[in-house]
Amino acid sequence: MAKTKVLERKPLTFAEKTFIPQILGGLKTTAKTLFQKNITLQYPEERPAIPDNYRGVPTLVKDPNGREKCVSCQLCEFVCPPKAIRIQPGEIDAEADPDRAHVEKAPKEFDINMLRCIYCGLCQEVCPEEAIFLQDIFTLSGYSREELVNNKQKLYELGGTLPDQHYKWDKKKSAEAKGNAH
Amino acid sequence: MDTLAILLPIAFALAMISVFMGLCSYSVLAERKVSSWIQGRVGPNRTRLPLIGHIPILGNLLTGLGIFQPAADGLKFLFKEEITPGHVNKFYYYLAPIVALAPALTTMVVLPFGRYVDPNGVVQPLVLANIEIGMLFILGISSLGVYGIVLAGWSSNSKYPFLGAIRSSAQMISYELAMGLAILPVFMWSAAPGSEHGMSLFGVIEAQETVWLALWQPLSALIFLVAVFAETNRLPFDMAESETDLVGGFHTEYGCFKFGLFFVAEYAHVIMGSALFVCLFLGGWNFLPGLANPWGDGLFGTVLSVVWFMSKVFFMIFFFIWVRWTLPRFRYDQVMSLGWKILLPLAIANLVFNTLLIALIDTINA
Repeated sequence: MAKTKVLERKPLTFAEKTFIPQILGGLKTTAKTLFQKNITLQYPEERPAIPDNYRGVPTLVKDPNGREKCVSCQLCEFVCPPKAIRIQPGEIDAEADPDRAHVEKAPKEFDINMLRCIYCGLCQEVCPEEAIFLQDIFTLSGYSREELVNNKQKLYELGGTLPDQHYKWDKKKSAEAKGNAH
Repeated sequence: MDTLAILLPIAFALAMISVFMGLCSYSVLAERKVSSWIQGRVGPNRTRLPLIGHIPILGNLLTGLGIFQPAADGLKFLFKEEITPGHVNKFYYYLAPIVALAPALTTMVVLPFGRYVDPNGVVQPLVLANIEIGMLFILGISSLGVYGIVLAGWSSNSKYPFLGAIRSSAQMISYELAMGLAILPVFMWSAAPGSEHGMSLFGVIEAQETVWLALWQPLSALIFLVAVFAETNRLPFDMAESETDLVGGFHTEYGCFKFGLFFVAEYAHVIMGSALFVCLFLGGWNFLPGLANPWGDGLFGTVLSVVWFMSKVFFMIFFFIWVRWTLPRFRYDQVMSLGWKILLPLAIANLVFNTLLIALIDTINA
C-alpha cells in the first residue's frame, strides 16, 4: 500500500505576511522581462519559419517542362473526407500539345473548396502522379464564400513547378523511339 | 496692466491643461508600450503621421516608438459611433464622464512643478495657485472623482457597472482614510507651528531640501503609495473595472468619446498621484538627499528644476505601470480587509508615534 504523503505547509514569516518581499520579487521579474528580446513577430512583414512537412493549402503543381501533372484520375476527389475537391475530367488540347493529346487526360475544372478542406493531406498521399501538394501557405481570407473556392488556375498559381527529375513523358517518348513503347 | 493680470493666469492655465492632457495621452501610450515590453511584445508601432513620419530615420524611429499613436487613439474615440443604450438614465449617463474628469483636472491647480527665484532672491514655486491648504484641496477635490464612477455605474442601469461602482466607492472611501492619516505626519514634520507654508505642497518640498521624506517617513510613504494605487483605481486595486469578472466595470455601457473621458480621467489621476507622491515623499524638485540643489537662480535653473521634477514624476508613472503588469488583482474582500484592518491601524499608529516623538523632542528642547 502506498502511503499518503501529507505535506506540511510552513507558516508565513512576518516579512511574507506584509507581501513586500514578494512584491519586490515580482517587480524584479517583470523588470527582467522588460529588457528581454521580443518573442513576437511583426506578422505581415516577418513570417514564421514553416517546417518542410507542413500541411498548408493544397495546390496543384506542374513539372519542370510546364506540363500539368494531374491526369484527372479523381482519386483525390474520391478520398477527400470532407468532399472539398470537385474535378471535371477533360481532354488535353490537341493543338497545344499534340503528342500528349488523346494519350493522357487533364482536368477541365479542378475546384478545392477551402471552406471544407480539413488539411488532412490524404489527396497528396493518394495522388499517383504527385500532382497535388499541401504547401506552406497558411493564411486564407476572402470577402465571400465563392472567393474561397480555389479553381484550377488559382491552384496552379499557388502550386508552381515541382522540381522533380522524373520527366515521365520524356521517358515514355524515348522508350517509344527505341521501339519499346511499354 | 490689469488686463495682463487677468490674461496671464488664463494663459498659464491653458498651457498647463494642454501639457497635462498631452501627458495623459502619452501615459496611455507608455502604458501600452511598457506592458508590451514586459510581456515580450512590441506594442503600437504602426501609426505614422504624413509629413514628420516620413523623415528618413527619425520618422521610422518615432513610428516604431508609437509616438503618433495617441493621435490615432484620440481620433478613434472622436469618430466612433456615439451609442447611448436605451436603458440608461440619460442625464446622469452623460454627466458621469464629466464629473469623473473635472476633479482629476482640477487638482493640478495647486500642484507645484518647479521653482524660480524672484527678483528679491526668494525662492517661489511654479504653480497656478499657491494656496496654503493645497494638500487639503487635493484630498477634497480628488475624492469627488468617485461620484463620476458611482453616477456612471448607477445611471448605466445594468448589473456589472453597478457592481463596479459599488466596489469602487467602498474602496475609495476606505482608502481615503488611510491616505489622509498617512500624510498627517508629513505635515507635522514639514510645517511646524508658525511656519508660513501651512499645508501647501510648496512648503513640504522646501522642507525636504536635505532629506527626502520617503527616507524619513518610510511607513507614511508606503501607506500613501498603497492608498494612491487604490485611489487611482489601478491594479492591484482596480475594483472599479476588474475586466475579468465585471466585463468593464463602471464603464461597461460607455463607448467612444464618453469612454475616452473616463480613460483620460484615470490617467490624469495616475499622473496626479505620481506628482503628489513626488511632492510629498520624493523631495519634489530637490536634487538628491543630502546634496545641495545645483539649480541656478536664472531661467535655466528653473527649467532644470522642472525637468528634474518631471523625470521623478515619469519614474513614478512608470512605477505605476510596472506594478500593474506585475501584481494580480486583489479579491474585493481582501482589498477591504487590507484597507480597514491593516492600513488604517498602521496609519493611526504611525500618527501617534510621530506625535509622541515630536512632543518628546519639544520637551527636551524646551
